[in-house]
This record gives sequence, structure tokens and C-alpha cells, in this order.
Amino acid sequence: MAKEDVLLLDFWVSPFCSRVKIALAEKGVAYQQRGEDIFGGKSELLLKSNPIYQKVPVLLHDGKPMCESTNIVHYIDETWPSPPLLPASAYDRARARFWADFIDKKLFDAGGNIWKTKGEDQAAAKKELIQILKYLEGGLGDKDYFGGDSFGFVDIIAIPLTTWFFAYEKFGNFNVEEECPKFAAWTKRCLGRESVAKTLPDPQQVLEFVSMMRKMHGIE
Amino acid sequence: MEEVKLFGYWVSPFCRSVEIALNIKGIQYEYIEEDLTNKSPQLLQYNPVYKKIPVLLHNGKPIVESMVILEYIDETWKNNPILPEDPFEKARARFWANFVDQKCFPALWKTIWSTSEQYEQNKAEALERLKVLENELGGKRFFGGDSIGMVDIVANFIGFSFRTIQEALKLDVFTEDNFPKLWEWAENFANCSPVKKCLPPQDKLIANFPPAYMGKTLVSSFQSRLQLQFHPPAAAK
Repeated sequence: MAKEDVLLLDFWVSPFCSRVKIALAEKGVAYQQRGEDIFGGKSELLLKSNPIYQKVPVLLHDGKPMCESTNIVHYIDETWPSPPLLPASAYDRARARFWADFIDKKLFDAGGNIWKTKGEDQAAAKKELIQILKYLEGGLGDKDYFGGDSFGFVDIIAIPLTTWFFAYEKFGNFNVEEECPKFAAWTKRCLGRESVAKTLPDPQQVLEFVSMMRKMHGIE
Repeated sequence: MEEVKLFGYWVSPFCRSVEIALNIKGIQYEYIEEDLTNKSPQLLQYNPVYKKIPVLLHNGKPIVESMVILEYIDETWKNNPILPEDPFEKARARFWANFVDQKCFPALWKTIWSTSEQYEQNKAEALERLKVLENELGGKRFFGGDSIGMVDIVANFIGFSFRTIQEALKLDVFTEDNFPKLWEWAENFANCSPVKKCLPPQDKLIANFPPAYMGKTLVSSFQSRLQLQFHPPAAAK
């Protein structure tokens, strides 16, 4: 497929954009990438392609736009079937979708509540994040990845969010590995994968970005 | 022999989504009504993370979260598909189903539970969301085209229950004048046989919601019962 058929509207620190990049890398799909200036002014293409939410990521395939990262990863899996990201059986796919939905509903917001707050609110947010990670550890069980032996859909949905953990730990004064060693082990396992390692931003840079956001929000 | 069970709560539009999908596919199932004030051990066992209905049990295996259940149903029983086959159209359908679920339903729900001070602001938000939906429907009979699909199913609250409740509470959010296309869609939707089969009687629905709220406080025990299931409207989000 020619490179220009697939275009990703991107923002470097967005874990949601990273999901799409990892999925495309896993499938070996060549694509173009265009960084959006989220604070300075979003491009016309972005606003036209995602009028409802006006957010990245947007994937344009042959000019047709798709929005919402989990939706896009689904699309990538269905359009380029090899290697499969979702399991084969309908029941296992339902389990995968359940965990992806759980992560989408809970994880990023819980982390946000840690760096956006202080005192009691922050303590409650930390507790919530740890609880979420413990649920995910339950979903992982003794498996290497959420889907079993192979890196797949849920791993792709979850792993980019972990680049923000260094910032949560710094501002929340806790350590994910101490609280959730199984989750930390899974994180390291995924980071050893080329598609992940080449895509994800450096957690130190994410920390600097979050520090900037804190100043913007007038926190400390 | 397939064994299909659905743990539900009769008012829940999330539960209704699953019932409509099962009806579209012609699947026989056993329905088990949950008492949300006293959840069954099975429910807590099958949905330990959220402890909520609906839960679909297929040959003893539980599937939870209504949209996950809809995809499961569509993948397991291939007749009368509720999602398009083309990946791009499928992505569009999922996007709009999410929009209805995450943006429309909460906005409409908030209008029902508004105090008189909150109503105009909540109504404005709901109108905005419905406008977007009406634009997406365009000239189509259903969001799924000629027959109902995932988006229509997920929008069942708009298609039936909300109109009944708003009429009883004398709200003026979703009107034929404001949203003629969506109104016509709702009429057609509520008349489809897979939908008609599982709609609650109107009088039971009306009796389940508090009387006209304007200037009155909410019945707290009723609200706390619903809070067990649905997220209550946040004070200011």
C-alpha cells in the first residue's frame, strides 16, 4: 500500500495517538504522520475530519477519516488482518473489548486526578489508580499479555498510558512497581517490543509536559 | 442446545439494547430480573468489576457491558447483522454508538433529574447533542439504513422511554418541532417488532419516575435506588 494512503493526525505526547502508531507498526503498515499544534491552533483537516470532538488521533485511510483511538485500532485490525490483534473466539474478543473499555473509562482520568489535585483529593485519586491497576492485574492473571502468549489488542490500548505513570508517581509520591509488581512486569515486557519501544515518548519528556500543564492549570 | 440468559433491570436502556439485539437475531433467552437494592450472588460473580446489569450468560460464560455484549451477539449469531461488514462503515457505526452512549444518554438523563435551576442549562446541552444526532441521521430511515442497527439499538432510550418520561414530567427537550427527523425515526424505531417485544408498558414507566420535579425535591430513596445502577448527574462537570 502506498505510504500516502494512510495518514495519522498526531500529537507526540498523546497516549491515544501512540495506540494507533503501535497498531500500524504491528501490522507493518506504512503511513504518513502529521503533528498537530494542539495549543496553538488545530489544522483545518483535523477540524473537518473530527468535527464532533476536534481531537487527535484521526486516521485517514484513502481520505476517509476515523476517530477515537480504540475505534481506530479495531479498524486497523479488521483492515489489515495479519497478525491479528484480537483473539479468535467471540468470547475472548468480548473479554478483550471489556478490558479495553475499562481502561478507556478509568485509567487516564484517574491518572489525571493525581497530577491535577493535592492533599486528600490526590490521596483518593492515587488509591483509585492502584485499584484500577489491581483489576488489570486480575485480568492479566498469569499470562504474559492480556490475550495470552501474544501481544495484542488490550496491550496496545493499555501500554501507552504507562508513559504517564512516571509523572503520576512524581507528583503523587508513590511507586507503581511497589504497589502492582505484576502490572510493572507486564509493562517492562511490552516495552521490550520494537513497535512499542520505537513509538512511545520518553517518560521524562512526558513529565516535563505534565509539569507545563500543571503550571497552565495553576496547580502549585 | 444453546443456553442464553440475561440478567437485567426492566427500566435500564442498556439492558434493553441487549434484548433488542437478541430479538433481532431471533434468539430464545431466559430473562432474570435483578433487584438492584439486593443484587444476586450470580450477578456479583459474573460481573465482579462493575457489579451491574446487563449480564449476558451464554452457555455459562458471562459477557458484560452492553456495547461489548452487542458486538458479541453480532459475532456469534450471524443472521440479521447489526453492524455493517465494511470496516470503515463499522468504525462509523461504533463511533456513533459511542456518541449516543457517552454524550446523548447522560445529557438526556440529566434533564430528567434537574432541579428547576439546573433545567435550562441541562436542556441546552441535551438539545446540542440531539442536533448532532439529527444531522447524522439525515434522510435515512434508521441510523443502520433500511433496518435498525447498533446505533439505533443503543439509542433506544431516545427512541422510546425518554419521550414517555418527558411527556409525564412536562419537559420540552425532544420535540417534533425541534427534531422532525429524529422524531420520525423514534416513531419508526418504537414500531419495529424486535423493539416492540421488549418495551415496558408506558404507565409502568411513568409510575417509576418521580412526579413533576419543578420546585420539588427528588424522592431520595428512589434516587438512591437508581444511583446503584446509573451514574447520577454530576453537579457540575
